[in-house]
Amino acid sequence: MKVNATINGMKRVLDVQPDEYLVDTLRRYNYLSVRRGCDTTSCGVCTILVDDQPVPSCAYLSVRADGKTITTVEGIPKHAEKLSEHFGETGADQCGFCNSGIALSVYALQKSGKGITDETLRHYLVGHLCRCTGYQAQHQAIKKYLGDSDE
Amino acid sequence: MKIKNYHLATSLQDAYEVLTESRNNAIVAGGGWLKLSSRTIEKAVDLSDLPLDYIKETDNAVEIGSMTPLQKIVESEALMKICKGILPQAVSQIMGVSLRNLVTVGGSVVGKYGFSDVLTPLLAMNTKLVFYKQGETTLPEFLSQKGRTDDVLEKVVLPKTAGTGYFKKVAKTPLDFAVLNVAITKIDDQYRIVLGSRPSVATLSEEAMAYVNGKKSLRDEDLEHAAKLVRKNVKFGQNPRASQEYREELAYVYTKRGLKEVRDCES
Repeated sequence: MKVNATINGMKRVLDVQPDEYLVDTLRRYNYLSVRRGCDTTSCGVCTILVDDQPVPSCAYLSVRADGKTITTVEGIPKHAEKLSEHFGETGADQCGFCNSGIALSVYALQKSGKGITDETLRHYLVGHLCRCTGYQAQHQAIKKYLGDSDE
Repeated sequence: MKIKNYHLATSLQDAYEVLTESRNNAIVAGGGWLKLSSRTIEKAVDLSDLPLDYIKETDNAVEIGSMTPLQKIVESEALMKICKGILPQAVSQIMGVSLRNLVTVGGSVVGKYGFSDVLTPLLAMNTKLVFYKQGETTLPEFLSQKGRTDDVLEKVVLPKTAGTGYFKKVAKTPLDFAVLNVAITKIDDQYRIVLGSRPSVATLSEEAMAYVNGKKSLRDEDLEHAAKLVRKNVKFGQNPRASQEYREELAYVYTKRGLKEVRDCES
């Protein structure tokens, strides 16, 4: 089946199966920042934005992306770089496998116009598992990044 | 899960017709649990192009379209006004924002999931369901029907009654399923007591409700007695999350606390 979607600002035509999920389609089309973690919507690693809303790409049927706007980390390079600098400085990074999903959720929170408090941030990050660091340093890094960011 | 063909429904009538063509056809709602099923779907009927994604206020109800993602419930001010907002409060504790952007209220209701944190508050709130063919039915009536429905859920309707309410999800981590959940409401002087994730599907505790609703005023001893009736009469079971005995004790404690909160809230 043919799916027309705008991915990171580029119009693409994707050829997909009826039971294919976006994590598979996007990786097949070389958007390799989209990673497969648990593959059952529990870990947050495969998070992407569809029409600016974070969704787990492992459970989003590719056929449904028709006419939608998809954002992966490749589409927000400046934000991702700045966030990764803060991650580095705060020591929040170890393996980095969960970072691209987190970056997209943080970006969506920024764009949502919701007031950012410790509580809203925590609420937004529930569902992003990190097996290395224990979240404290990540929270600090994200808070610094949000304070530092003028967008 | 295998899906052989995909059909984007153009109307509820169209969805219903394709769904009922074969027992192997199925509606795909949000798709959150799709992957965990071992079924083969001959034709998946997708409702996402229909105008079923809304939360609307009418004169005496709040209507939620069946394809409304759970995150919209969390953010709904209209729903915050019913029974102290137990529905948004309960739904906000279901995994994270991204999953809630995907999964829908229709999928959560029609799936009749035992672990559901959606059905428990809905059952406590006098919820009606509107199906395409069958028309209006009540949530308890729908839950009592055996097997899978071959109708298409159009919307979930909540009467706009202020009332008061209590919801408690007992879970080991914010990401986990509930070990038990409890919802208690008081609407027009009538209490409703619902136990869910027992681990089977949510149910009203008729005995405890009859007891508290038969009292003119509730003393602390009455709350305790009602909580004992819940523990004795509601059927709890065991699964890898908890034993039957543990669930019975949780149900007793949180029913008592919830009844107290709801009682004192109005006095």
